[in-house]
Amino acid sequence: MGKMQTPLGKVRGLGSAKNGTHHWWMQKVTAVALIPLTIWFVASLVQLTSSDYEAAFMWVAYPLNAILMILFISTGVYHLKLGIQVVVEDYIHVEMTKVTLQMIVTFGCAALGLTGVLAILKIAL
Amino acid sequence: MAKKERPISPHLQIYAWGGHMALSIFHRASGIALGAGTLLLIWWLGSLAMGEESYILFQTYMSSIYGKIVLFAFTTALMLHMCNGIRHLFWDAGKGFDLDATRRSNYLIFAGTVIFTAAIWLLGLGLIGGLS
Repeated sequence: MGKMQTPLGKVRGLGSAKNGTHHWWMQKVTAVALIPLTIWFVASLVQLTSSDYEAAFMWVAYPLNAILMILFISTGVYHLKLGIQVVVEDYIHVEMTKVTLQMIVTFGCAALGLTGVLAILKIAL
Repeated sequence: MAKKERPISPHLQIYAWGGHMALSIFHRASGIALGAGTLLLIWWLGSLAMGEESYILFQTYMSSIYGKIVLFAFTTALMLHMCNGIRHLFWDAGKGFDLDATRRSNYLIFAGTVIFTAAIWLLGLGLIGGLS
């Protein structure tokens, strides 16, 4: 393997996809962040199950909850984008369909995240 | 590319199914399901931001039997994906990679998923009190 690479390619360490370990690393970083965020979110929702509009609104409006919710949503959609991207890469082998789907996944996750964050800000501000 | 028939290596159907194989595909399936779950989460936040009327509509959908089934599936997928994801992080660190450790962690993940999901719903429905 080493002999097949140019010295520059070896130093860059980016491999054939030109991306190195960036995808894998970001998946891990977001995964680690999502563990405490998920536990916090689920524990909070359990307490909110029987609450009315007013109580749910007040919960999201509380600054610490708003910050953690924005982190949860943004980290979550990033992690989702990385995961679905690999599913598409694994199963779709027609280039045009694959590229189109990857774009839809990226746009969709960005739109989803932004909608969530805007909703939180509208409640909290 | 050459279209000539070439011998191919044995694929999935040739191997005996094991817990690790089940968890591998469950991880992917639950990940996709959580994508749909994210839509629900955004709907919840959106309805909350749009006012009481839309929030009540959301609550009406979610408290129906179909809504509860969807939420239960969401919870199960979330717990499975989190438990198995934690194992992936251990694997990435080079720990628990041999067959015996993997068999043990299979049980831990299945048990964790069932226990956490059950705990969330029992607490959420107020059956074992305390939080609500």
